[in-house]
Amino acid sequence: MSNSLPRSQPPLAAPNGGAVASLGRPGGNNERLVQLEVLRYNPDTDTEAHFQHYEVMCQEEWVVLDALNKIKADIDPTLNYRWSCHMAVCGSCGMMINGEPKLSCHAFLRSYEGVIRVEPLTHFPVERDLVTAPDDFMEKLKRVKPYLIPKETKAVSEGEYKQTPAQLMKFRQYSMCINCMLCYAACPEYGLTPSFIGPAALTLAHRYNIDSRDGGRKERQEVVATHEGVWECTFVGACSEVCPAHVDPASALQQMKITSSIDWIVEHLIPGGKS
Amino acid sequence: MSRKPLVREVPPTTWYFRHPRYLRYMSREVTSIFVGAYCVLLVVGLQSLSSGEAAWEDFLMALRSPASIAFQFLALIATVYHAATWFNATQKAMPLQIGEDFVAGNIISGAHYVAWAVLSVGVLIIAGVF
Repeated sequence: MSNSLPRSQPPLAAPNGGAVASLGRPGGNNERLVQLEVLRYNPDTDTEAHFQHYEVMCQEEWVVLDALNKIKADIDPTLNYRWSCHMAVCGSCGMMINGEPKLSCHAFLRSYEGVIRVEPLTHFPVERDLVTAPDDFMEKLKRVKPYLIPKETKAVSEGEYKQTPAQLMKFRQYSMCINCMLCYAACPEYGLTPSFIGPAALTLAHRYNIDSRDGGRKERQEVVATHEGVWECTFVGACSEVCPAHVDPASALQQMKITSSIDWIVEHLIPGGKS
Repeated sequence: MSRKPLVREVPPTTWYFRHPRYLRYMSREVTSIFVGAYCVLLVVGLQSLSSGEAAWEDFLMALRSPASIAFQFLALIATVYHAATWFNATQKAMPLQIGEDFVAGNIISGAHYVAWAVLSVGVLIIAGVF
């Protein structure tokens, strides 16, 4: 049995900019005029970014992404931004909304008053309009080896690497990251020191380090326990405040500082100690 | 097509005005100055104690000056705030897992506050306040 249609269907912007009809009734009771200031940058013609003002009729229950889709469909097909799932799962639609890193599919218009300022994620180079270049994050993600490095390799015929529910719960929270990069946009340390490995990548390293099946911590420590790693973090805590998946990267990084400190003490202060 | 990404610089000296959470962070960091300054004051006190009774009396007299009292009042507020942020952070740095569940964060932080209070009372007893 199919579900009934929602009261209003947000518009879907076609990639070619073609308009897609909205089921929202013009002048309906739950419509309102929303004003947005969107940062625009065209690498082919611009040397600096500038804000462009839009006024668009939106349904009360829409999110900022719906408003952008409506603009692209009906007003300005040249507007560029990334999105995919519209349900806070894919992590594609991260933007600065009134100065706060947010998933635009998770930012309800009714939460904002006045003009809504929409910018690309800060701390990342802007490719075009609201589209940023994630290359640096992807490179850092690779460096922390965010995958299981088994303690002992087993042949497939020997069966799975088993784990108790308690062992799973130890790292489960840290495995919920959707790589949306909001934590990098919130982290002033990353903005000021771009060599910082950053919250999400380090948290993923922690996720595998504390996995009972993993034996790769020592390899990851070469990146983690460095000035570019956890020691660049000064515990502002902004990463955890903006994380849409409640991963709490700040907690992961503080725990890694403790284990890295214990490593150092064992190695340098205990005779015969090895980290 | 060649890429020409736009890099938007972070203002190196005024970045913390961008968001209230950054100001909260900076206020926490600034309290360290008071904590450090009060440690220096204690070291000066120890030095005057080791220099003889006259130096110690001079030190105690200096502590009673209005400027000194004002500093100690500010240092007390800053230190309490600094300690509170530290204890609140413990639940993130030291999560406690029992079986499949984690102990609530406020219990971990609360235990630190209790330990702080007990130790402070112990120090005051040793100092002969009670």
